[in-house]
Amino acid sequence: MKATPDTLTVSVWRGAESGGSFESFEVPNFESQTILDIVAWIQQNSDPTLTYRYACRVGMCGSCAMMVNGVPRWTCRTHVQKVVQDNRVEIAPLRNLPVIKDLATDMDPFFDKWIAAEGLHHPTKSRHDPIEQINPESAARVEAASGIECINCSVCYAACDTVANNPDYLGPAALQRAWTVYNDSKDAGRQQVLDAVSGVGGCHNCHSQGSCAVHCPNDLNPMKAIAGLKRATATSFFRKGSRT
Amino acid sequence: MMDIRLYMLQRISALIMAPLTLGHIAVMIYAIQGGLSADEILGRTQGSVFWFLFYGSFVAAVSIHAAIGLRVIVSEWLGLRGMVLTVFGWAVFLVLLAMGAQAVLAVTQT
Ligand code: SF4
Ligand code: SF4
Ligand code: FES
Repeated sequence: MKATPDTLTVSVWRGAESGGSFESFEVPNFESQTILDIVAWIQQNSDPTLTYRYACRVGMCGSCAMMVNGVPRWTCRTHVQKVVQDNRVEIAPLRNLPVIKDLATDMDPFFDKWIAAEGLHHPTKSRHDPIEQINPESAARVEAASGIECINCSVCYAACDTVANNPDYLGPAALQRAWTVYNDSKDAGRQQVLDAVSGVGGCHNCHSQGSCAVHCPNDLNPMKAIAGLKRATATSFFRKGSRT
Repeated sequence: MMDIRLYMLQRISALIMAPLTLGHIAVMIYAIQGGLSADEILGRTQGSVFWFLFYGSFVAAVSIHAAIGLRVIVSEWLGLRGMVLTVFGWAVFLVLLAMGAQAVLAVTQT
């Protein structure tokens, strides 16, 4: 058996939106550690000025995503052993987002697009109404539930080439949330959602090649949600047409 | 780049093109049986309202479909936006339509 080397060579991107470059660090090659662990190790032991973002460390909060060897991943739940190549790892800030500093990106455009896609709740009732019973097996609820585990990590957004080539495109996560809201029987904004996803940056820009679904760490399928939006908007387009 | 209006136009033009393409291929297979000559083809198409409408709608659908597709490609690959993109889309549509119309007229006019 090949002896495991004592250290790993880790290339970390340093800089800001205006520019930057990779800096190399040697870190201990522990048997069981995550990418986030080695980033933290560098910050604590080699260079305290290294900037990165995380919160929960257990795959819940969606704040730790980075490019690891060119692939977008949630770093707190990515084992080094799974991605290491020739004892090297390259870590860079998430693609398709402006960089604040080093590994921390500005996620504002990502969240702004959730709002632009009407991926928010439009209430039907007030607190004084009785709680509506929802059948978890109803078709609409099953659709809504399929996207509900999204942790807003932006991994899919970083993986999407359409986002890279079209800055207006709302992106997989925002559109998937719009589809979830659209299928929620407690939501009053169905037409609002359809209008929001039908503009120049809307769901019709998706090329259905599925990078989002391949890379989503929670195994969600935004591409499928977007296909649902395309169907719903097309149906609504004909209905609108027949009314005028 | 692609709003619902362009998306629907592209899907509908595809729906129109699909049966016409199959019809075109079927006629080609039929027409080459026992050799092919310009006279034979023109004998079928010249003065025919049916073939004028058949290839006329084909050309219209292709012009719309291709213009929207190319518009997406140049916007995503070359970063064309706004007015330039609109002009590009219309230009492709009009050029294809003019070339197609010329061909349709050439074989259907008597
Ligand atoms: S399937 Fe659509 S949303 Fe997903 S990565 Fe491709 S273009 Fe982006
Ligand atoms: S869909 Fe998946 S990859 Fe995209 S933000 Fe949600 S959890 Fe992350
Ligand atoms: S730190 Fe919360 S998901 Fe990774």
